[in-house]
Amino acid sequence: MLRMIFALAAGGLFGLGLFVSGMTDTSKVQGWLDVFGNWDPTLAFVMGGAIIPMAIAWRLTPGRMPFVGGAFPPKPEPKLGSNLVLGSVMFGMGWGLAGLCPGPAIASLSYGGWPHLVFFMAMILGMFAAPTLRQRLDSVAQAS
Amino acid sequence: MNPDWAYGLMGGLMIGLAGAIFLLANGRIMGASGIIGGLVDRTGWSTGRERIAFLVGLFLAPSLLQLLIGAPETHATTNFLVLLAAGLLVGLGTRLANGCTSGHGVCGISRFNLRGIVATVFYILAGGLTVVIFRHILGAI
Repeated sequence: MLRMIFALAAGGLFGLGLFVSGMTDTSKVQGWLDVFGNWDPTLAFVMGGAIIPMAIAWRLTPGRMPFVGGAFPPKPEPKLGSNLVLGSVMFGMGWGLAGLCPGPAIASLSYGGWPHLVFFMAMILGMFAAPTLRQRLDSVAQAS
Repeated sequence: MNPDWAYGLMGGLMIGLAGAIFLLANGRIMGASGIIGGLVDRTGWSTGRERIAFLVGLFLAPSLLQLLIGAPETHATTNFLVLLAAGLLVGLGTRLANGCTSGHGVCGISRFNLRGIVATVFYILAGGLTVVIFRHILGAI
C-alpha cells in the first residue's frame, strides 16, 4: 500500500512538473530542437533542474535500502548496443515530429485534444509492437 | 531571466524531486516509457499496481491543475499521419532503447550512466535533424 502511495505521489509530482515547465506544449520541445530557427532554451532549464535532485538522490543510495524495502536498481553495464542507438534515433525522430515524449503525452491527455490522443494511441501501438521489432533485429544481427 | 525559463527550472526541480521520491522510497527508476511499456508488453506485470498508481498520478495531477488554472496551450500538429508516425516511432524507439527523456535523460545522466548519456545525445541529435528537415526543408511541421 505504501509503495502505491509513493508511486502515486511521484507520478503526480512528475505530471505537475511537466505542466509547470511547459513541456506538454509541443512548440516548446520543437523550439528546443529547432537550432536553426527560433531556438527556445527552456528544455535545458527543465533538464538541468530535474538532474539536480536526482543526482542528490543517487548519492544517498549507497549503503542504504529503499524506504519501503527491497533494493536499489544496480547500475547497468556500460554496454552500448545497436538497439540503444537505433531506438534512441527512432525516438528522437518521433519526438521532433510531434514535440511529445511519453511523460508529457500522458500528462497532457486531458487537455491536449485529439492530436495528443492520436499520438498517445500510436505510441501504445508502437510499444505493443516493439518486442516483435526487437526479435527481428536480433535475428538479423545473429544471421550476419 | 525569461519567465518561461524560470517556470522550466521550477518544473524541472519538481520532476527531479518526483524521480528522487520514486527512487528513494520505492527503489525504482522514473522512466515514463519503461513504466507504461512494461504494462503494454506485459514484462512489468509483477509490479503492475505500482506502475498503474504512478500513471494515474501522472494523468490526474495535471488534469486537476488545468481545471483550477486553465489548460496551457499545446500547439500539436493536426496532421494525422505525422501524429501517427511520431507516436509509433516514440513507442517503438523508447522500448528498443529501453528509455526516453525521463529514464535516460533525467535518471541516467544524473547517475553518470554511459547508456543514458549516449541515448540522450542520439535522441537530441535525431530530434534536431528531424525538425530541421521537416520544418525548414519540407515545411511539413
